[in-house]
Amino acid sequence: MKILRSALVPIIAVVLALLAGALLIQLSGSSPREAYSALFEGSFVGWERFGTTLEKATPLIMGGLAVAFAFKGGLFNIGGQGQLLFGALIAGAAGYGFTGLPWIIHMPLALLLGAAAGAAWGAIPGVLKATRGAHEVITTIMLNFVAANMAEWLCTKVWRKPGDILVRTPMIEGSAEIPTFGNIPLGFLIAVAFAFGMWYLLQKTTFGFEVRSVGLNPNAASYAGISTKRIVILTMAISGFLAGIGGSIETLGVLGRYEPGFNAGLGFDGITIALLARTNPIAVIPSAVLIASMDASASLMQFKAGVAPEITDVIEALILLFVATPIIVRWFFKSRQGEEISFGANWGSS
Amino acid sequence: MNNQQAPLALEAVGICKSFGPLVANDEVNLQVEKGQIHALLGENGAGKSTLVNILFGLYKADEGEVRVAGEKVEMNSPHDAIEHKIGMVHQHFQLVPVLTVTENIVLGDEPTKKGGVLDFEKAAQEVEALGKRYGLEVDPRAVVEDLPIGYQQRVEILRSLYRQADVLILDEPTAVLTPQETDHLLEVLRSLTAEGVSIIFITHKLREVLAIADKVTVMRRGEVVGATDPKETNEEGLAEMMVGRSVVLRIAKSEATPGNTVLSIKELNVLDDRNQSALKDFSLDVKEGEIFGIAGVEGNGQRELVEAITGLRPLVSGSILMGEKEMSGCSAREISEEGISHIPENREKHGLVGPHSVADNLVLNRYFHSPFAARGIRQTAAINEEASHLVEKFDVRTASIHNPARTLSGGNKQKVIAARELSHDSSLLLAAQPTRGIDVGSIEFIHQQLVNARDAGVAVLLVSAELDEILSLSDRVGVIYQGKLVAVAPTDEFTRIQIGQLMTSGNS
Amino acid sequence: MNSLFERIIRLRWWILIFLAIIAFTIFAGDFRQDPTTAILAATLRHSTPLVLGALCGMLCERSGVINIGIEGQMLMSAFVGFTVTAATSSLYLGVAAGLACGMLMGAALGGLTVSLQGDQIIAGTVLNIFALGLTSFLYTPGETIHSKTPRINVGPLADIPVIGKIFFANQPITYVSLLLVAVIWYSLFKTTWGLRTRAIGEHPSAAETVGVSVAKMRYLNLIIGGGIAGLAGAYLSLEAVGSFERGMTNGKGFVALAVMIFGRWNPVGAWGAALLFGYTNAIQTQFQFRGWLTGHPQFIGMIPFIVTIVVLAGFVGRARPPAAIGQPYTRE
Repeated sequence: MKILRSALVPIIAVVLALLAGALLIQLSGSSPREAYSALFEGSFVGWERFGTTLEKATPLIMGGLAVAFAFKGGLFNIGGQGQLLFGALIAGAAGYGFTGLPWIIHMPLALLLGAAAGAAWGAIPGVLKATRGAHEVITTIMLNFVAANMAEWLCTKVWRKPGDILVRTPMIEGSAEIPTFGNIPLGFLIAVAFAFGMWYLLQKTTFGFEVRSVGLNPNAASYAGISTKRIVILTMAISGFLAGIGGSIETLGVLGRYEPGFNAGLGFDGITIALLARTNPIAVIPSAVLIASMDASASLMQFKAGVAPEITDVIEALILLFVATPIIVRWFFKSRQGEEISFGANWGSS
Repeated sequence: MNNQQAPLALEAVGICKSFGPLVANDEVNLQVEKGQIHALLGENGAGKSTLVNILFGLYKADEGEVRVAGEKVEMNSPHDAIEHKIGMVHQHFQLVPVLTVTENIVLGDEPTKKGGVLDFEKAAQEVEALGKRYGLEVDPRAVVEDLPIGYQQRVEILRSLYRQADVLILDEPTAVLTPQETDHLLEVLRSLTAEGVSIIFITHKLREVLAIADKVTVMRRGEVVGATDPKETNEEGLAEMMVGRSVVLRIAKSEATPGNTVLSIKELNVLDDRNQSALKDFSLDVKEGEIFGIAGVEGNGQRELVEAITGLRPLVSGSILMGEKEMSGCSAREISEEGISHIPENREKHGLVGPHSVADNLVLNRYFHSPFAARGIRQTAAINEEASHLVEKFDVRTASIHNPARTLSGGNKQKVIAARELSHDSSLLLAAQPTRGIDVGSIEFIHQQLVNARDAGVAVLLVSAELDEILSLSDRVGVIYQGKLVAVAPTDEFTRIQIGQLMTSGNS
Repeated sequence: MNSLFERIIRLRWWILIFLAIIAFTIFAGDFRQDPTTAILAATLRHSTPLVLGALCGMLCERSGVINIGIEGQMLMSAFVGFTVTAATSSLYLGVAAGLACGMLMGAALGGLTVSLQGDQIIAGTVLNIFALGLTSFLYTPGETIHSKTPRINVGPLADIPVIGKIFFANQPITYVSLLLVAVIWYSLFKTTWGLRTRAIGEHPSAAETVGVSVAKMRYLNLIIGGGIAGLAGAYLSLEAVGSFERGMTNGKGFVALAVMIFGRWNPVGAWGAALLFGYTNAIQTQFQFRGWLTGHPQFIGMIPFIVTIVVLAGFVGRARPPAAIGQPYTRE
């Protein structure tokens, strides 16, 4: 019952956003009915299309989990972009660099190496925050830019296939690939597994309890003997790990190599998804699928209804808007019960 | 001075105010005459603060009227209240810590040169003159957060006087003052009434009502239960009106039988948050089976002392010994595991994680021990069982142990913290301001728990700004002044006046 | 006089860094006047959108409202300014439109956070996503404007060697940004508006209880701040580049936040930080010019960001923001 209640707000928000979007589409001269049917068709009709939607949802799930997990610990990880990037890059390097390994070893190895790279990239702002009080919003954004530059350099100087004009890693070995079962990508299932894993970690383990306590009240947490420094570093590392997995799956399961610019904005989409899911790891899954479905069918919407693909960005913003505003929450729920997550409350803490 | 024919300076008629299901004020009437000191008495949660917030325009009443000088007024914001010459001295000072005294006082009504530019010189002069006139001198250029609490209160009062308040509302003003400062404040109030200012004085301290008020209105659970002349009643009578039953004003306790020294602090030097010295060569011993009370005005090093003992603040030099073991340098968790329990002075900030459930908060110090956790996995059945047990034992009023702790009343929150800390196998209990801001019933309960702990052999170190609490509970008393322990003796060797002087100036 | 001396002692590290930078610049400019001047002039130009963005963030946060939507405000204003100029052939109308757009978005942020009491981070994120989506949705490539804003020389002052070229031979919005630093510094610390703003950011109820309306002041500052961010956006499309591109702000709004925190929520500090960051941008071109690190241009690209992190972690440390930011204020 509680689950249904907390799902009600995002569902109503989505409906309202779709209505507002319909108005915009109407004003721009196209037919909302055609547009929305193309939206549905493009993402869910037919196993192949459904598979593509799930494929697109996978990095969004991991990116959303990364941001959500960090939020639980009271931290703003805006660096998902960079962490994901390194994950993709290192996975790509490990994917082509090791030869002669059986799949059962090579694929997980490449995946985990990519995740480790993401974790390391996430740990840096964590350490800076814990030891020097450097605000993680700034350091993570800066590191995004550094990551982009560094990845380009690595691709140009170190890992480029001789003779390849484009800046990218060589194709990975077949033994490193993440396959699809029929049309369901294994990568999606891995992401779902991580979502449930994160939920379990946060709700059922003592470590998760410590992370949540630090996020909700770092003062009381340290009075209770929890080492906030240790938790901050670990939280950022895990957050980076999750983003790194997302990038790795993209390389190993979808693209087969690392290409710069392959996912401009995926890190920031993670923020949207985490906010939409109100930082609940399980809720990240439907949120990611929703956003992914809009991205997947954008071109079909353009083709069939003549609507510019960016309309989906606008609708996503509207969804976020309606989810976020407490007035709407209070309007539908007379009582004040339930967890109200305040993202802004930890901005000033160090 | 009290002219029965003149209109009332301020009147509340039939005020009703609810917050959701909670009725804070129910048909409340208050009549304040000109030049009168009118006490508003009630325990925490009775509705006094709500009433005065309505009178000051911070809240809007659901029903009822506010009348100034006999005429009904619209009170929609503090701006309106100030227009009607009503001023308020809040319990939690409404001062901006990083601004100066002058800036705080003139905020909103600043003397300016052309173009909105602040005339700092003029403002400082006006503030200085104002302070002199009312006996509330403060350095106009001092930054508020650097001032001791007593002086901060002067700034708060001057804020209202700067706006020529005719009615001055003071919300629990003596909570943070020494006896001497309290006397000084009462003198200031009397001189104000001589000028025709009317005073509304909120308090839960019966002694003060009898000492100063011309009239007292007693509130209980949102209603006015009576209004009388203090001369016609006594402490017991007022207490009974306040609580609705006869109240134990002093805990009965047997003679203490102290044993070995449990906590031994030697020559402690600690810095505060601004790297100034907070404790200077501080030494004290606490024995098992005794309650050692530290009296002192807030800001003299108590907070830093408690933080140093619990491992939350590093030492510059000195040692803290539990039995034979050196505790300085250990982590907070190690210290807790060694047998030190702690009731923090700020329950919201340090004592509870509000959004966590009552159950989670009850095991906040032991969540990682078995049976509450096994190999990193939390054992919810064991946690719930312990929580239910503690809630019953400590009479915590909550609809469910799974409700967030922040839904509890102040008194119940404090009981949760006490329950948690007293169930921990400890040899030393640190209680800092343990009954601040909670209802009488909970105060009685917590005091009894502290005495029980003492009788069971625990060493109790009590830090409190409520002198009555220190005197009624402690077996030995120490006074802290500017980071030093200036006097230590068994409780009955001190008089109230002596302690007050030690608290104010360090010598008696 | 004593306090000036004390100030210099306190800021000795920053002064040292400043002198080191000047020395390095002269070295990088090959000890010739023209390249050295060019670097420093470019520094000022690169710093303009950053200092404007930081001033916007500062006005908001000093009032107690986190504004991470600066990026969106800049982007939207860049687009609106460009479109209006393209349609009307008037640069001034374009700049005004950008300004107005920023103000509107500031008001929207106010509506979301002050009136509706929404979470400030989400509100800012919504602005960003909206701006990116809407500008991409509405932008038709191929539109052009006839020219960027003109360079204005301040009479004879522009002829002073080095200093003249840097400070007195700039385009309008750059001048405005310099003026704004001074104006906002003065207003924040010497006027009633500034006192009340600082009060509501540190302890809003203290201000409310003396009759200052927290809500009104927050709206005011969000709108003014929004206008400043709008100027920054107009600068990008109309003064710096001369055209619009999808996502052209490219993170500058977030860098502006870094600049604000660097500068400890102080206009002059923010200006210094913006200059530092602008310098790292300007020096990149000189690196390429001089042939340093030619084989590895990506490392040149990293310089601004690594410098930011090092300075932030090494020198700024625990910067303390206004105490009341992040929480919606309500009287009850």
